[in-house]
Amino acid sequence: MSIAETLGQLALFADLTPSQLEAIAHSHEEDVFAAGERVLRRGLSGGNFYVILEGEASVELDGESRAKLARGDFFGEVSALTGEPPTTDVVAVTMLRCLVIPAPQLEQLLLDRPQLMLRMLRMEARRLRSTLEWQP
Amino acid sequence: MAAVERPFPPGDYDVVVVGSGPGGLQTSYFLRQLGIRHALLSRDERPGGMFQRYPIFQRLITWTKPDAPVERSSREYEWYDHNSLLAEEPELKALVPALMDRAYDLPSRAEMEAGLCAFADRAGLEARYGCTWESTRYEGERLVLETSDGEYRCRAAVFALGVTEPWRAEVPGLEHAAHYVDTRDPARYEGRDVFVVGKRNSGFEVAQGILPWARSIVLGSPRPVQTDALALSALRVRYLHPYDEYARGGPGTYVIDVSIERIERIGERLRVITQGTTWDGTLEFDVDDVIAATGFQAPLQDLPQLGLVTVADGRIPALTPFWESVSLPGVFFAGNASQGARGIGKRGAGASSTSVNGFRYNARVLAGHLAERLDGGRPPREPVADLVSFLLHELTSAPELWVQKGYLCRVVSAADGSHVDEGVVPLASFLDSPGPDAYAASVEVDEAGKIVPTLYVRRGGDVHEHQLEHHPLHRYDGEPYRKHVSGIVS
Repeated sequence: MSIAETLGQLALFADLTPSQLEAIAHSHEEDVFAAGERVLRRGLSGGNFYVILEGEASVELDGESRAKLARGDFFGEVSALTGEPPTTDVVAVTMLRCLVIPAPQLEQLLLDRPQLMLRMLRMEARRLRSTLEWQP
Repeated sequence: MAAVERPFPPGDYDVVVVGSGPGGLQTSYFLRQLGIRHALLSRDERPGGMFQRYPIFQRLITWTKPDAPVERSSREYEWYDHNSLLAEEPELKALVPALMDRAYDLPSRAEMEAGLCAFADRAGLEARYGCTWESTRYEGERLVLETSDGEYRCRAAVFALGVTEPWRAEVPGLEHAAHYVDTRDPARYEGRDVFVVGKRNSGFEVAQGILPWARSIVLGSPRPVQTDALALSALRVRYLHPYDEYARGGPGTYVIDVSIERIERIGERLRVITQGTTWDGTLEFDVDDVIAATGFQAPLQDLPQLGLVTVADGRIPALTPFWESVSLPGVFFAGNASQGARGIGKRGAGASSTSVNGFRYNARVLAGHLAERLDGGRPPREPVADLVSFLLHELTSAPELWVQKGYLCRVVSAADGSHVDEGVVPLASFLDSPGPDAYAASVEVDEAGKIVPTLYVRRGGDVHEHQLEHHPLHRYDGEPYRKHVSGIVS
């Protein structure tokens, strides 16, 4: 299955047309990480935005897993949008295939495709709500 | 008459290297330097790899400056010469500039090929030519490569076969198109309307090649041409004439962002049906020829069936920072296919592993990595007397760091008040492996494309990053930098 077809199955990209998905797939690189490889590095600048196409990852703080991520999830958006280094590590749990969008291009993509921005905002809001629910 | 004995007969080796282009020759050279028993196999009859055939229309896009402010035999000269292979011996260094006619500071295909042949010849690098790798299997932890000459068993295999197999996108009707590799004579496009599928290296190269002949040329693919990125890319040097014509409104040449829905044969002509990707709408083109400049893939033979994981629509193997398959242990790649290791991709920047200038350093690091892994031995490390001067010198003129920006770094470890040069390693490996207190020097690029030297300091297992101020002449050995780095390391 092509990257564009895979993207078309993910909620984040559900509103985009096949040719818009093709433009995204052709404009950005795909990367695959072996199990155990670090993808996002806490405290280091220049991190990218990642969308998981296949596999599982773990959000880690000081080596301890705080959340699990799977196909269709994304990460790196907070540091990509704020310009601040990530506050956690993300490590591949299984072999992990991601679409990689560098920070400046993420901003342009969201401005070009407001439907994508809205989807991302909704997913972000859900994450925030579940984070707040965890608080005592 | 007795037959000439061919080197590297089938049998057991520590490492088998497949391919006699620049990646295979460079890997074999460094394995030999480290005393690793290996076989070099090639289905070709002579060294040179892809440079026996490509590029078709143009010179290379990587520079070699025959005259430079540093000696050709120096390490620093490598930054001025992106096409010669690396060697320890002065007589093997910088072979390409000596063969250039200086019509341009980019060598021609023939000059590049001659440089590779001269390297293999003068270094006495043997290869078993005319030996084709046919299939692969594991026997326990060992790999078995079946070839036209018999079976080779090894602990690690290094495939250095380039990214040279024509690849076609899955577009209905694209079988009507000639691939870039079949477009040799530009005169055959005289007076014809041509649609080129693809807007990367080979698309612009072929369009430039046929510009003086064709009646009209359309270059189309989904991805927009990123002019800001191209301004900093090696591609701009000779290929962008078609884009220039289009951007200035020239008639008959068009560069458009479309996905190709299908290609239909209508009598003698071809109809290309497209859909806009960065604009709304459809366009149809009736043309005489369609050229598929959709790129190349690594010749992977049966490795995907063995479980090799790939990226880019199956074209490139997915690799670890030391260029090992993420899924097949002991299977390594050198040369152009080493681009399958993207590195940490800071700010989206990839490694320079698609051309000789970058992958010649990968080959040296890979040989060292294999030696350590197979032998358990490490070459002796040199002490570093003056840490600050050493780091500043590397940040100013280490060709490995300036070519493989953000991918390779120079590491110095610290213990009991003394410092040791740990050599050049992938930055990802430094950042993600536990280790003693150490410093890593890396040359990186910021969001605006400006070059930023960066120091990473590992203390007590934590890594901190320090960016140095940009210098307009890229000189990082002056007093302000000395002061800054002294502050960082103290």
